[in-house]
Amino acid sequence: MEYFSIFVKGIFVENMIFAYFLGMCSYLAVSKTVKTANGLGLAVIFVLGITVPINYLLENYVLQEGALMWLSDDFKDVDLSFLSFIMFIAVIASMVQLVEMIVEKFAPALYGALGIFLPLIAVNCSILGGALFMQERQYPSIGEATVFGLGSGVGWWLAIVAIAAIREKIRYSHVPAPLRGLGITFIITGLMGIAFMSFMGIEI
Amino acid sequence: MSTENKPSKKESLFSKKNRKLLKDPLGDSNPITIQVLGICSALAITVQLQQAVIMSLSVLFVMIGGNLIVSLLRNLIPDRIRIIVQLVVIASLVIIVDEVLKAYQPDVSEKLSVFVGLIITNCIIMGRLEAFALANKPGPSVLDAIGNAMGYAWILLAVSVVREVFGSGAISLPGMGQVKFFNADSSLFFANGGFYEHNNLMILPPMALVVVGVIIWIQRSRNEALIED
Repeated sequence: MEYFSIFVKGIFVENMIFAYFLGMCSYLAVSKTVKTANGLGLAVIFVLGITVPINYLLENYVLQEGALMWLSDDFKDVDLSFLSFIMFIAVIASMVQLVEMIVEKFAPALYGALGIFLPLIAVNCSILGGALFMQERQYPSIGEATVFGLGSGVGWWLAIVAIAAIREKIRYSHVPAPLRGLGITFIITGLMGIAFMSFMGIEI
Repeated sequence: MSTENKPSKKESLFSKKNRKLLKDPLGDSNPITIQVLGICSALAITVQLQQAVIMSLSVLFVMIGGNLIVSLLRNLIPDRIRIIVQLVVIASLVIIVDEVLKAYQPDVSEKLSVFVGLIITNCIIMGRLEAFALANKPGPSVLDAIGNAMGYAWILLAVSVVREVFGSGAISLPGMGQVKFFNADSSLFFANGGFYEHNNLMILPPMALVVVGVIIWIQRSRNEALIED
């Protein structure tokens, strides 16, 4: 039940986009059509699902104070947590490189559609944000951390597909000229965020 | 009277080109409202002015440092691994910022939580390194960094002033704490027979998006060339 709760929380209550604004750059840039938005969303779920557990292992067996005890008792006082930013970003960058190679080989059409944005997942704040939230919240086991990563990925995917669908329809509406494109997208996202706030306080 | 020394022509600091580097990001190529970069951190930490000021200063420091270092190294960095090199440079600078904040501004550092770390993935910084510092000399790169960081900062400050003034009726600066405009039992409050009430909606995260949306609206209605079709 614990797992289910973390998963649902990651999707709705602590949604990466609506509650923390993480990954807004690619969210705004790639949400013009549902198809590409869907592709990027799935890539984010995948990368978050992989990098959060890897970073969890890194955090608990290398970086934390006393985490290196499994090597030898001499490392009892070693605290490498100041290195966590560099370690996390290195793991993320290399994983993204791997995902890019896999997608290029097995789904060339998707690779063509995502184009420049696939490498940009490396600097998508939601990926590093997932790792940092994992570090801050101190999940008890790797299972919880993985479920948290997948849950926040699904939340991100949901948000970008929803906004892409709205943007496809809004092309036919009469929006004031200066607000067209970016401006109205911001305001719609704000309204969606207010709607998502109604999930706050849900306990499962 | 007419024998004043003319300043030497050697690329003065305020040449037209350099002024453009500084001025453009404040307006027509603003990183947030026009290029849509670095939104993530811009929105989440604008509940209070204090946090926005600290965040702007941190980004300013990281950008100047990053642009300077990458610009100095630009002929040494192999093209294939440049992203990793840039990330390592940025991450090291962010670690410095994080440690300094933890030491001197512990409560602000607490409030910013993960968002200091997220400066690493702030697209403005990567974007400027990639687009400018890799191809230009250190001097202009530093100016470009200052310009873009300022363009980022003024949006951050504007949004946080609006949100804090309307949301909590107060203003806060680093080192001063939060200064309320009137006391909790002031007769201006609605509950005490006045007209004023805190707009709690402003404190909620989604309102940051709406405020930025309105800034974009104002900016584009003043400059028709920026309108998207």
